[in-house]
Amino acid sequence: MSEALIHGAAVPAPEARPAQAGPIEDEALLRPVLHTTWRFWVAAAALSAIALLGALAYVTQLRSGLGVTGLNRPVYWGVYITNFVFFIGISHAGTLISAILRLARAEWRRSITRSAEVITVLVIFFGIGSILIDMGRPDRLLNILKHGRFQSPLLWDVTSVTAYLLCSTFYLALPLIPDVALLRDRTTGARHAFYRALALGWRGTPRQRRILEKLISVMAVIVIPVAVSVHTVVSFVFAMTIQPGWHSAIFGPYFVVGAIFSGIAALILAVALIRAVYGLHDYLKPVHFSYLGVLLLVMTLLWFYFTFSEYLVTFYGSDPVHMAVWWAKISGRFAPAFWTMVTCCFVVPLAILANKRTRTVAGTVVASSCVIVGMWLERWTIVVPSLSSPRLSGIEAHYFPSWVEWSILAGCTAAFALLYMVFTKLFPIVSIWEVREGRGAAVQEVVERVRSYLPPGKEGAP
Amino acid sequence: MAERGVRWGMVIDLDRCTACQACVTACQSENNVPPPDPRGAAELRSIRWMDLVPQLEGEYPRLKLRLLPRPCMHCDNPPCIKVCPVGATSIGEDGIVAQVYSRCIGCRYCTTACPYTVRYFNWREPSWPGDLAESLNPDVSVRPKGVVEKCTFCHHRLQKARDRAALEKRELRPDDYVPACVEACPANAIAFGNLNDPHAEVAALAHSPRAYRLLEDLGTEPKVYYLREGQ
Repeated sequence: MSEALIHGAAVPAPEARPAQAGPIEDEALLRPVLHTTWRFWVAAAALSAIALLGALAYVTQLRSGLGVTGLNRPVYWGVYITNFVFFIGISHAGTLISAILRLARAEWRRSITRSAEVITVLVIFFGIGSILIDMGRPDRLLNILKHGRFQSPLLWDVTSVTAYLLCSTFYLALPLIPDVALLRDRTTGARHAFYRALALGWRGTPRQRRILEKLISVMAVIVIPVAVSVHTVVSFVFAMTIQPGWHSAIFGPYFVVGAIFSGIAALILAVALIRAVYGLHDYLKPVHFSYLGVLLLVMTLLWFYFTFSEYLVTFYGSDPVHMAVWWAKISGRFAPAFWTMVTCCFVVPLAILANKRTRTVAGTVVASSCVIVGMWLERWTIVVPSLSSPRLSGIEAHYFPSWVEWSILAGCTAAFALLYMVFTKLFPIVSIWEVREGRGAAVQEVVERVRSYLPPGKEGAP
Repeated sequence: MAERGVRWGMVIDLDRCTACQACVTACQSENNVPPPDPRGAAELRSIRWMDLVPQLEGEYPRLKLRLLPRPCMHCDNPPCIKVCPVGATSIGEDGIVAQVYSRCIGCRYCTTACPYTVRYFNWREPSWPGDLAESLNPDVSVRPKGVVEKCTFCHHRLQKARDRAALEKRELRPDDYVPACVEACPANAIAFGNLNDPHAEVAALAHSPRAYRLLEDLGTEPKVYYLREGQ
């Protein structure tokens, strides 16, 4: 980068200019919010139809009981618990990745953090929802508050997930304020009132900016341990029992790694869709996908490391009770799911992402789609095979999910996509003020920072 | 309480057991468990608080099949109680593991945590064919759909026996209280009583060299003992 460009890039910081007179630059980021095409309505209608099917399935279950599922004794948990772990895992996309990138001052984060944070907040509802759907008596939900017992790992989940939902919502809402203020000044009528209420009187004064940046940094630090705790206690639901295949000390970190893994994959898919649908090729560039692809590659390897450790240790110990589950996965009736998981979570992403030429937009999208499927199967092959091989022998076990369970899975996924779409219509999905800040003050700051790493010397010398 | 230091327990003598299933049937009618139907059986959803579990031993041609009568083990260290998020299951001073149907939220964490798989879930509203519903036991509540249930050692019988003893102003006698399965066993294969009472038959049998408990190495401390078959 030339000196001239750096000094020339001294664009006034957002607070220095009135929002109304906002230049035409970054207009593309406001267009999805201010203009809606027929394509949006077609997609929304299709997703609503699938979500309605899921709702219909749930009403059927509410009326007749969990008998409409394929669940039985001893496979008491199935698709719903798989969904719970899977959705909570996806929620690690946002907050965690966004917070880490912010704290690491990774400048390329600016156009992707918001899309990540929205995934988190929205998908947590489906994680919590999956637990409610799984309950035999959802009408007694409040018993968890009235009679809650902290000895039960489920209570740890309730606490941790609630904290995560609150923190991530706050963490999403804070950086939204300057953009909401921008919209407030660009809209009229009801929408104006809506944005005015949410903008909390943002004027972009230096004091307001200082407070905002302080709060964002504090939240970025807070959400990381909370996020790690969430998937750790999700794993504890399984690991704290003595059931074969579950009672493992690495389950906490193993689940956290899987969660971040599936979260990055979901983020890549979301960012690719946003880029294609709203034509934001100038903001979401191949370099973003390449960098996210590297992160996904790191998680691919970490996931394999954990999976390998888990299965090798079990094999070497060769406790017959654990080996019954082990063989059921390796060569028994869960082998198709298990080996599809290994292919989708390791073989395909490794092949695509390790190669610079295939770590393109299309390549990372293919790898991420595989990882999403593979990680759902990973949760499935943790929940179902262990329950299918109870410790006490002589108990017959088979489980295949019913239409109700599949419809609810489809419905949750569609409802999530629908809510995400609606969000992009209400708020800019790429943070405008952060992009502007990146273009302006941050360039200077990065140059200063890089200089501060090095001893003083002659510039430009080899 | 009159019965301080009581630990109710059971000893099942496999040498005497003929696998006739009288205990299974008696339990079902005593505790208002709906009779199994073909659909429930095919779906693996039949409820049997007392069940005969097939245990295969050895390999062909020296293969042996044993049918193990299996109630709730009423563990002294029950894994089910630890995981319940709402305290819907608890262990009493007398060692009986109870289930509070009106508090259970149906999360089925206890059913997955129990290593003996003795906990059952009401997948649907229970139903009784014909006029069987008219012969329900008034001492036992009928469980609604969506909650977990299991063997209670016929706890209602203990409550009744206590009340009777109190009315007659006397201590509870060892033969005042036995669960339905014990009463129904035609081979006298099931002994029941206070494991802490040195004079009780059940305590003596539990210390027999033939005595063992299921999955003993898990440390759950079951109060149901089995007596190995003689050779």
